[in-house]
Amino acid sequence: MSVGLSEYLILAVILFVIGLTGVIRRKNLLMLFFATEIMLNAANVALAALSSYMGDLTGQMFALFIIAIAASEVAVGLGLLILVYKKYGTLDLDDLNLLKG
Amino acid sequence: MEAIAFYVFGILITALFLVTVFSKNVLYAMSALAAGMVLISGLYFVLGADFLGAVQLVVYSGAIMALYAFGMMFFDATRDIKEKNQAPLAVFLLSGLSALILVVIFAAPQIGHNVRALLATPKGMDNPHAIGAVLFTKYLIPFEVAAVMLLVAMIAGIVLASKKMEVSLSESDDYLVEEHEMKEQK
Repeated sequence: MSVGLSEYLILAVILFVIGLTGVIRRKNLLMLFFATEIMLNAANVALAALSSYMGDLTGQMFALFIIAIAASEVAVGLGLLILVYKKYGTLDLDDLNLLKG
Repeated sequence: MEAIAFYVFGILITALFLVTVFSKNVLYAMSALAAGMVLISGLYFVLGADFLGAVQLVVYSGAIMALYAFGMMFFDATRDIKEKNQAPLAVFLLSGLSALILVVIFAAPQIGHNVRALLATPKGMDNPHAIGAVLFTKYLIPFEVAAVMLLVAMIAGIVLASKKMEVSLSESDDYLVEEHEMKEQK
């Protein structure tokens, strides 16, 4: 009973779809950030599994750069979230619709 | 042994991320996300990607979750989030369709039989050593660009989160001193 590449890829897809469902379903901006982190992690799992099973380090390199990008995204995004919360007092997307069409 | 580790980690990660996505409380969601990140690093160790597992532990479950916990200070975290879902059927259909597309995308390396390693793992090195050897030869320029990007993000975070950036500290000190002197004169 050994684990192949398919199991890792299936796990990555499951995690990615969980994150995607969160992005579609949630209305709170902070929750959207959490769901984005889940999607990034799912992509990292797939890249690391492919790198390990194909004997190629490129996947792990890309996973490292994705982690760096996620760190900077959180730094900037959290600053923007704090500004939005200070200005409007809420993080709910339904209350932040300023354009009335 | 590897299979047991994989299934235990996989089931736990899935359950924790489901809690993150469906929880009504921000604190519960953040704790579940942090625990899931730690378990994902376990998955990397099982895969033999030791360096990536260590980076995941330090950066994700250390730095990023600490940053979220710090940002939670500004928000009201104890209150439950009230959300109303307007189109549950659309959510269901969109998630299902995306899942189908994703399965096709992720199955592509399985179907393609003549996939070869473009940059084979260096022989006779352990994982962190090999990562260093590849990172500082082939991926040196992306590494430097990532460093500059992190610097830009740090400056942007400081500018966005701090208040009264338009008043420099020395000027405000002078202003305070002048005000103090005016009060004394009166």
